Amino acid sequence: MSLTLADVEKIAHLARLELTEAEKQQYLEQLSAILHYAERLNELDLSGVPPTSHAIAQQNIMRPDVAEPSLPMDDLLFNAPQQKANQFVVQAVLDDGGSA
Amino acid sequence: MDISKLSLVELRAALRRGEVSSVAATQAMLDRIVDVDNDLQSYLTLTDELALEQAQAADARLANGDSTPLLGVPVVVKDIICTEGVPTTAGSKILEGFVPPYDAFVVQKLKAAGAVILGKTNTDQFAMGSSTENSAYFTTRNPWDHERVPGGSSGGSAAAVAAGLAYGALGTDTGGSVRQPASFCGIAGLRPTYGRISRWGVVAFASTLDQVGTFGRTVADTTAVFQAIAGHDPNDSTSLNVPVPDFEAALTGDIKGLRVGVPQEYFIEGIDAEVETAVRRAIAKLEELGAEIVAISLPHTSYALPVYYLIAPAEASANLARYDGIRFGPRVTGSDMIDSVKKTRALFGPEVKRRIMLGTYALSAGYYDEYYGRALKVRTLLKQDFLNAFEKVDVIATPTSPTTAFKIGENVDDPLAMYLQDIFTLSVNLSASCGLSVPCGFDSKGLPIGLQLIGNALQEATILNAAFAYEQATNWHERLPVIGER
Repeated sequence: MSLTLADVEKIAHLARLELTEAEKQQYLEQLSAILHYAERLNELDLSGVPPTSHAIAQQNIMRPDVAEPSLPMDDLLFNAPQQKANQFVVQAVLDDGGSA
Repeated sequence: MDISKLSLVELRAALRRGEVSSVAATQAMLDRIVDVDNDLQSYLTLTDELALEQAQAADARLANGDSTPLLGVPVVVKDIICTEGVPTTAGSKILEGFVPPYDAFVVQKLKAAGAVILGKTNTDQFAMGSSTENSAYFTTRNPWDHERVPGGSSGGSAAAVAAGLAYGALGTDTGGSVRQPASFCGIAGLRPTYGRISRWGVVAFASTLDQVGTFGRTVADTTAVFQAIAGHDPNDSTSLNVPVPDFEAALTGDIKGLRVGVPQEYFIEGIDAEVETAVRRAIAKLEELGAEIVAISLPHTSYALPVYYLIAPAEASANLARYDGIRFGPRVTGSDMIDSVKKTRALFGPEVKRRIMLGTYALSAGYYDEYYGRALKVRTLLKQDFLNAFEKVDVIATPTSPTTAFKIGENVDDPLAMYLQDIFTLSVNLSASCGLSVPCGFDSKGLPIGLQLIGNALQEATILNAAFAYEQATNWHERLPVIGER
C-alpha cells in the first residue's frame, strides 16, 4: 500500500496536526514503508479467529454511585493556558451565522 | 562505606540498623547527581529540597523503629508518571510546564511505603522510542559508554539506577520500555502483568499495553520496589482485584524442577552473536541450577512487530487526542479553534506525530478491517502461542534485545530499524504475560547483555525467583560502570 500526499494531508487533518511540507514528504515515505511491512499480516488465514481487544478481559467494573470530593478549582485551573471566571477560555467554536 | 555502592536491600537494612541515615543516603545521591548527571543526563527534574525533607521525616520514623517497606530509600520516577506539584512532561514540549494536581496511584504507593523521591527521569516522548533520543529535552547517555544510548523509553530511570544516582526506579513498559533499557544498562527491570499495577495518573500511550514497571540494580531491589506499588486501584478499571503475593519472600533461589522453555523463534538471524552466546550460557546455568530446559515454539513471533505497530499507534492516536491546548499545556493560537488545535499539536515530536498519523490511518474508515481489525486477530494468535507454551513450561527464556546498546544517532533516521529493537519484548505486552530482564554478561566492548525471562499472567513471583537464582549463581550484577568517583 503506497500512500499519496493527499492521503497524508487527509490523515493530518483528521488527527488535527499541522505538518510542514518537509514533514508531509517524510511521513509519506515512512508511513508507506511501515504499512508495507504490516502487510505481512495478510499471509495469515484469519477466518474464525476472534479479535483480542483487551489484554486481560474483564466485565464492566462498577463503583458505588456516591459523590466524592473533587480537587479544588484553583488546582484544576492551574495548568489552563487561558482561564476566566473558573472556566477555560477558547476561541469561538460556532460562527455567528450558524443555525446552531 | 560508600553509601552509593549499596544495593537498595542493603541500604534498607543499614537504615533500619541505624548505620546510615536516609539524609546521608539522599545527600550521597544528590552529590553524585551534581557530579555526573551533567554528562549522563538521566534526570529531567531534580526535587532535591523535597527529597531532603522526606529523608528527614524518614529518619525520625526510623529512629522509632518504623519498618515501613521502603522507608528512607531514595528512588526516582519516570517523567511520564504524574507527581503532585512537580512538573511532568512525558518528555514532550506539549506538556512543558505542566504541573499535575495529583500523584499517580503508584507515586501514592511509593510515598506510603516511605520512599524518598529524588526527581523525574528522562524518557522518549510519550514513551515512544527505544533510546531516549525522542525526548524533546536531551538524550540520556549509557553509563557504560557515553557515546551510546541507555535504551528506552525508560532510559533515564535505567541509567540513573545503573550509575548509582538512585536505589530503585519506576518506568513504564508498553513494548519493552523497561526491559530493553535494563538490558542496555546492566540492571534488573520488571514488566509486571497488565493490571497488576494501576495506570491511574500515568500519561497514557497505548492503554491495552501500558504497564508500570520497576528497576533495581539487583533482582531483589527490583522486587522490593514492585512489592511497594503492586495492588488493586479502584480508580483504574483495568486494575486487577487479586491478592498481591509476598514477592520478596518468594525469592528463595530454589529453581529445582522449574521448566524453562527456549523458543526457537527468538534465536534468529540478525541477533548479535555475543548476545546469543551469553543468553545460551545463562540458560545452561539455569539447567545447572536444577531447571529443566524444554525446546518450544512460539510460531507467530514474526508477526508481533507489525501487530504492535498497528495496535499501539491506533491506541496512541486516540489517547493523544486530548492534547488540544485547551485545558492544560501550552497553547499556540491560530486563526480559529481548529487551526489553534493543529498548531498546538505541532508541538508533538516527530515520532509521536508519526505514530498518531499511523494510528489515525489504521483506524480510518475503509482501512479499519484491513489494518487494525486484522492486527487484533493476530494478537489472539500471539496470545494463544504463549498460553500453549505455558502448558508445557513455567518460564520462557530469551534475549531481551537482539543487540547491546547502540550508538547515539545510529538508528534515528530509520523508524523500522528502531522498531526492531523491541522484537523480543513486545510479545509479552501483546499476550498479557509478564517479563523481566536480568544481566547475563558483557560483550567484547564491555556493554551489558540481558536475559529475558517471561512468565504467564500474574506469575511474577516465578520469573523473579528464577532471575534471583541466576543472579545468586553469577556476579554480573556486581560489576558497576565506572562513573564519577565510583
